[in-house]
Amino acid sequence: MLAAVSSHAAGAARQALGGSLTLAAAGLQRRGLAASAATVEGDTLTVEVNPYKVHRIEAPPTTVTATKDELLSYFKQLYRLRRMEISADMLYKAKAIRGFCHLYDGQEAVIVGLEAALEKSDSIITSYRNHATHVARGGTVAEVIGELMGRTTGASKGKGGSMHMYRREANFFGGQGIVGAQVPLGAGLALAHQYSDTGGVAVAMYGDGAANQGQIFESFNMAALWDLPCIFVCENNHYGMGTAEWRAAKSPAFYTRGDYMPGMKVDGMDVLAVRQAFAYAKQYAVANGPIVLEMDTYRYHGHSMSDPGSTYRTRDEISSIRQQRDPVEHVRKLLLDNGLVEASVIKGIEKDTKKEIDAAIEASKAAPFPDMKELWTNIYAAPLGMQLRGIDSTHVETLAA
Amino acid sequence: MAAASCTLRSTPLPAAVGSPAARSLLAASTRPVRANQRCLVVKAQKRELMMWEALREGLDEEMERDPTVCLMGEDVGHYGGSYKVSHGLYKKYGDMRLLDTPICENGFMGMGVGAAMTGLRPIVEGMNMGFLLLAFNQISNNCGMLHYTSGGQFKVPMVIRGPGGVGRQLGAEHSQRLESYFQSIPGVQLVACSTAANSKALLKSAIRSDNPIIFFEHVLLYNVKGEVHGPDYCQCLERAELVREGTDVTIFCYSRMRYVVMQAVAELEKQGYNPEVVDLISLKPFDMETISKSIKKTRKAIIVEECMKTGGIGASLSAVIHESLFNELDHEVLRLSSQDVPTSYAYELEAATIVQPEKVVAAVHKVCGVRVAA
Repeated sequence: MLAAVSSHAAGAARQALGGSLTLAAAGLQRRGLAASAATVEGDTLTVEVNPYKVHRIEAPPTTVTATKDELLSYFKQLYRLRRMEISADMLYKAKAIRGFCHLYDGQEAVIVGLEAALEKSDSIITSYRNHATHVARGGTVAEVIGELMGRTTGASKGKGGSMHMYRREANFFGGQGIVGAQVPLGAGLALAHQYSDTGGVAVAMYGDGAANQGQIFESFNMAALWDLPCIFVCENNHYGMGTAEWRAAKSPAFYTRGDYMPGMKVDGMDVLAVRQAFAYAKQYAVANGPIVLEMDTYRYHGHSMSDPGSTYRTRDEISSIRQQRDPVEHVRKLLLDNGLVEASVIKGIEKDTKKEIDAAIEASKAAPFPDMKELWTNIYAAPLGMQLRGIDSTHVETLAA
Repeated sequence: MAAASCTLRSTPLPAAVGSPAARSLLAASTRPVRANQRCLVVKAQKRELMMWEALREGLDEEMERDPTVCLMGEDVGHYGGSYKVSHGLYKKYGDMRLLDTPICENGFMGMGVGAAMTGLRPIVEGMNMGFLLLAFNQISNNCGMLHYTSGGQFKVPMVIRGPGGVGRQLGAEHSQRLESYFQSIPGVQLVACSTAANSKALLKSAIRSDNPIIFFEHVLLYNVKGEVHGPDYCQCLERAELVREGTDVTIFCYSRMRYVVMQAVAELEKQGYNPEVVDLISLKPFDMETISKSIKKTRKAIIVEECMKTGGIGASLSAVIHESLFNELDHEVLRLSSQDVPTSYAYELEAATIVQPEKVVAAVHKVCGVRVAA
């Protein structure tokens, strides 16, 4: 049943669908009072994460442990990613970044939890919302900012832009402009792991909007058919640009959409829940075959910098998530409320990180734009002296690597 | 999971890639052979095979030589390929390297690109080139552009191959010429084979190339017989073939149109003409050296293609010739192409859609003038 309302009248649409089908009612998990339930022994914290919803698989334990050092490293990374995306917002508004810019703030726990559980020898591919992925895979903030500003110091020498960041040495295969097209590539990464018997996994990430693409199901089918070591990850931030998940998907239980494939829904705002899920999923995938993880997460910004993000959801919703489930705050609280570190340590990390981001911005602003000759490089891996004709056909460019 | 689905995971490579033995195997077998080296003739051993056998032999040789080479597509494994190009190979190389995919072109094309990014050399087969329209996004945006958008970090050394062209009453959707649509994609090379010999030798080069190659076969050429070369003979992907040396006019063609042209040439010879016939082979990039050398000699050019009139390979070639060789021409370039219509099922209509030898003869008359046979 379709409600005859415009996509902007989100509130009215929800009512027309029968009752208050807000995110809360749609099953968005509430944060348990995890901080107060934590126990500390020495430098190790033991805490309960929110329960996993499972499909065709047993859930992993919800009791997780983390050392002070681990939590500090997670905090540092989460904070770094947060500040980086905020700075990208400012740079975009200052017109230093152009075109499309899809920010990850709010979703940081997903990539940080993933990296905590996996190795750099595991492969990962994701969508255009990939700035944090690049840094999490060992890239620098300067490479991200540089790429966003189109400089030669950028992750792709300034030729890719926001949606096309890659880091070959860390098996980060990008970045993808077209919704969902990265998932078959991810199946190919998993195929390569199996082909070469590496023992590693491939992670193919996509959003709730992409989850309805046919090629996702094609990838599911092939991966399951051949037991490929693939972890499919639906980063469900509940909105495919301006369309809420319940208006796009007949079944928004994305962790079940693999049908014959096991799946798990994870509290994506809690880095420890995410880490546990990925460790479990990798074990499963290497031994048995593909699995789908649905990360229940949230983006504070709109879909991109062109989308205010407030026409299809309420500001109350955004601020309530920020207050109750912010991934950076959660780890800060775990560290401080359980006496693992002094507040000054946290402040020190924040100060250093801000310096790091500021330095990256300054360096990027000073970095050169690509030379005109870069127009013609990297078109072919083997250019072979091929000739391309210019705009008015009089110029002939002989290609070199 | 059923036992059959586990076969794939338990079937290792002949030597597991990553083990020291395999690494040296890989190192030995993947000594770079650059496709633009003038044709690598080590020992020319010639035998006569049909094109499908020639392609199969080339595929077999390259798979044996390099364990990262694999073929994926519909019915390429157990069925042996709908045109027998991979007949029986799965018994030798296993299910992983002759991977039977489900019917999901968008999915398995993307999968091939992802695998290629990691360093494998997949050959992705479209059972008919026309089906690859479903994979257009993967071919254009990922296969073609990933090397560029990643700032050179990733290469996509894959071959996309399959039969296209107008067959015998296969109907509109199975008679398409996708080279028209693919030619604008930056970062890919387009190659069209036409004989048993060049099909094998070009396929070997395509597999060894680090660039993504879209390799066009033709539905009606698989049983064409010819002499083929030995295992070390690779043909340059960027070079046109001089089919017949001549003086009066240059006729450019590729794929099946080569035979249509040569049929016309048999008639034209009787009439006293001496046409030069150049098989383009490389549809992207054009071999401008061979093309301009020929036009400078004959000063007249006719293009015979199976693409539609609008936006085909011939349209691009005609523009290039006019722009760069205008003063070498005594006549505007004549372009014989298929009609801008869907290909009918009915025999006569289908025949009228594509270029027939009579049209080629008439075109030569037009540019060279009518002659009386000697």
